[in-house]
This record gives sequence, C-alpha cells and structure tokens, in this order.
Amino acid sequence: MLELENIKKVFFPGTINERIALQNLNLTVSEGEFVTVIGENGAGKSTMLNVISGVHPADGGRILLDGEDISRQKEYKRSRHIGRVFQDPLKGTAFDMTIEENLSIALGKGAARGLTPGIPRAAREMFRERLSLLGIGLEQRMKHKVGLLSGGQRQALTLLMATIVRPKLLLLDEHTAALDPGAADTVNELTTKIVTENNIATLMVTHNMSSALAYGTRTIMMSEGTIVLDVSGAERGAMTVADLIAKFAEKKGRALDDDKLLLS
Amino acid sequence: MKTAYELGAIYAVMALGVFISYRTLDTPDLTVDSSFTLGAACSAVFALAGHPVIGLLVGFLAGGAAGAITALLNTKLKIAALLSGILMMLGLYSINLRIMGQPNISLARAANIFSIADKIPNGKIILSTGLLIIVVVALWLFLNTKLGLALRATGDNEHMVRASGVDTDTMKLIGMAVANALVALSGSVMAQQQKFTDLNMGVGMVVIGLASVIIGEVIFGTRPILRRLIAVALGSVVYRAVIGAAMQLGLPASDMKLITAVIVIVALALPNLFSGAGSLKKLSKGPVK
Repeated sequence: MLELENIKKVFFPGTINERIALQNLNLTVSEGEFVTVIGENGAGKSTMLNVISGVHPADGGRILLDGEDISRQKEYKRSRHIGRVFQDPLKGTAFDMTIEENLSIALGKGAARGLTPGIPRAAREMFRERLSLLGIGLEQRMKHKVGLLSGGQRQALTLLMATIVRPKLLLLDEHTAALDPGAADTVNELTTKIVTENNIATLMVTHNMSSALAYGTRTIMMSEGTIVLDVSGAERGAMTVADLIAKFAEKKGRALDDDKLLLS
Repeated sequence: MKTAYELGAIYAVMALGVFISYRTLDTPDLTVDSSFTLGAACSAVFALAGHPVIGLLVGFLAGGAAGAITALLNTKLKIAALLSGILMMLGLYSINLRIMGQPNISLARAANIFSIADKIPNGKIILSTGLLIIVVVALWLFLNTKLGLALRATGDNEHMVRASGVDTDTMKLIGMAVANALVALSGSVMAQQQKFTDLNMGVGMVVIGLASVIIGEVIFGTRPILRRLIAVALGSVVYRAVIGAAMQLGLPASDMKLITAVIVIVALALPNLFSGAGSLKKLSKGPVK
C-alpha cells in the first residue's frame, strides 16, 4: 500500500543549522497493517509523516501509495487518499464551525466542491450514525461549535473526519499525547476499532512504548532519520518494553536517551 | 436619519465584502480602499455613457478581478497577505485614474439606477434595501454550500482544510474575489447615489468596513451565520447613524476618519483589555499573587 524508497530530508541545507532529518529511509506498509512508530526525540518520526503527507517535500527518494508515485504531489492532493490526526487537538478541526460542518468538509474529500448544499439531509443522518459509534455523545451536539469540545472529543472527531471517506493510509502523529490518560485510552481504543474495522493501513507515532506494543500489528523504531528496529508477529507479541530498550541498545551500541520515552 | 439609513444600506454591501476577507479568510485586505473606487469608476463611466445597470455589473466584476490578483500575489508569489493588499491598493489608484480620465466625475446629468426609483415614494430606500437583501441572501446561501463551508474553514484552520483535500490557495482566490466584488459593487452603487465619483472616495474604506463588522457583531451577535451577515449589515447602518450624530453635534466632516479609527481601536481593544494577563480587569483587582 505504502512504499518509501530511500527517502532523504535535509532541513536548512547549506546553512550552519543544516540538519539531516531523514536518510536511507525504506519502509513498506501493506494493506490493513497497523504500524506503531517509536523513537527518541528528533529521530525523524514526525518528519516521516510530514514527508508522506506532503507538508514537506522529500529531498530524495520516492513515495508510492497504492503503486502511484505521489512524491511530487501537493499536500492537498495527497490528502484525498491520506487521513491525518495531529498531536495538537486544535489542528484537526475548524473551531469556529459546527461538528456537522466539519464532518461535511471532511466528507467532501476528492469530490468537487461546488454550489450544492453543504450538508444534505442524507449526509446529516450518516453523520449522526457515525458519531454515535464513537460512543461519546457527539451525535447529540451536531450543531455545536467544535471550539466547545474537549481535547479528547476533538481528537475523536478528527479521527472520524480522517476516516469518514476511507483513506488508503492513516497517519497519526502522537494524536493522544496532549490528552489526559483517560481520554488517551478512549481515543486509542477508538483508533484500533476504526482501523481494524475498515482495514486501513496506518502509521501511528507514539512516545509511549507500552502503547506502541499494545496497539497495532507491527512496531518500528527510528533513530537518526532511519529505521533501526522492525518487529511484528509472534516476536512482537512476546516483547516487553524492557526488551525494546535492550534491542535498541544492541542495535545502536548505546542506551536509549529520551526521558519522555523512558518515563511514559 | 433617512440618509444615514440609505448610506448605511449601500455601505453594508462593502462591509459584507470586508467580512468575507477579514472574518472568513482571516485577512485584513487593504485592496478594499481601491477596489471601492474601482467599482465607482466603472459605474461612473458606464452611467455617463447611458448604461447605469451595466456599470454596476462591470464594477462588480472588476472588483472581483482585483481581489483575485491580490490573492495570487499572496499565494503564488508568496508576498505577505497584508503587503499584497497594500500593493494592489497603490497600483489600482493609477488604474482608477485611467478609467476615470480625471480625478473626479460628476454624474449630475447622467442616467442612474436611482432616477427610476425616484419616481416612487421612498424609492431610494426601497432600492438600496432590496439590493442589500439580495446580497445577504446570496451570501448566506453561498456560505452554506460545500464550497462555502471549505471557504469558511480556510480562515479558521488551513491545516484542516488541506488535510481534507482542499487547495487553500484556490479558496483564498475565490474568497478575495467575492469580497472585492462586493466592495466594488458597493462603490458602484454609491457613485450613482451620490451622483459623483472621486478618486479618493475609497480612502479608509477598509477601516469603515471593519468598524461595521465589529459594531454589528458586538450588538447583534454572530450565530448562526445568517444572523451574523444581518448583524454586519446592521452594523453598517449603526455606524452611519453614529457618524451622522457626530456631525449633528457640529464636528466637521474631516474629523470622521479619526472618529472611525477610534471606534475600531476601541472595539478591537475592549475584549483584550478585559481578559488575559495584564488586563485592566486584573490590574483593577491589584497584582496577581
């Protein structure tokens, strides 16, 4: 479904601040695979998602989505097949618009946006049904502004918006990091439910190593802009957080150095 | 009062244009100062030639083109939105003079849309109100279409709009075109109502538009969207009434720009003064411990 071939990304090239964010990055994610991504601060996790979604153009390599080379496509074009949920709950929704208006904008993905009614009656029924599946009562508040929702409610809504038109690929960039533990669990469980039910290829960045092993079907660890560890299946099933830390030390010849990662 | 209402209703169309750029696209667009005059210039030239209605249409379209160019400067040439507007304002000044051929045009003898309306009692008021209602209803319908929703979200959160597969550059182009088309339409009507067009008639128009938007929203509310559009229109009428009252108190017309600026400063500052750190509210309660 998704193939990254030799991706390279350099920030501030040719200046004193030049920083290689991604290099020799190769990754293949197949249909329905749910990959969790961990790594130290600055390892390139978010940059990888931003390069895939087109926020930053890659400086080298190719990105194939469902066989199509999307490396040169603009961000908004790639969005037609890629759903995204950001770390910042404010980023995924239009706060001054209602829940149903936000959903309608998400539902328009890929279709022409003409002068037809913004929210046809049939769509409103569908929104109500999909919202009720989230199980957090948003179906009662469809005419409320999104600005009135809590962070967890917004992330759940953003998740629904990202998947209301089934994407080929779902990118989750630490989408529960800004939430309190209870809300984070709810959103994580919703994520698993939506991803498995719709069989969507997913990349989920997290800084929580136990969530990385608890959710999804495969875990990759990044360091210095490339993938250093890739586990799935039975090997992953038997793994603990301690095993992950040990594996990292074995591969890199040094201990994992990121308090956020170790303490969460 | 009648005149204040009539002027307010005509300027309300301009305020609705400013509402589109300032509120739904979150861009203070200075093109407005010149696109208002652009509309008036087109209107005057066509009215002199005996085609007042075509003049309105041409003014409307010319304003839309001006707004589209401002958006292109911003999105394609990556010039900051504020500066794009300033550059267009400056450039259009020369174009307006070329269209008019002289710094001001009297339309005293020209046919205009109001000469028909003058034949019935309160015809001018009915005509300007009718035009305003058409614009409000059209905008309301437009802002609730799929395209309109995407446009409104663009000023709210560009990330989300792009993540939903919408080209934000195109939204800005459409939004700025619609905004300036309305501003120019307002200028076109104003030229025929005043029977006079002056090269400088648009100076400060963006601030008057902002004043109307803010006054309307504060007094008449912002939700839902139809109420907000009506609020902006009424804000323009209230603004004219305030200016009318100030002139009745004996202030010279030349002071009106200062009064307008003060109204906008007060309206923009008020919410900030009464909330957040270091606000008047906090200060009046003594230092925060």
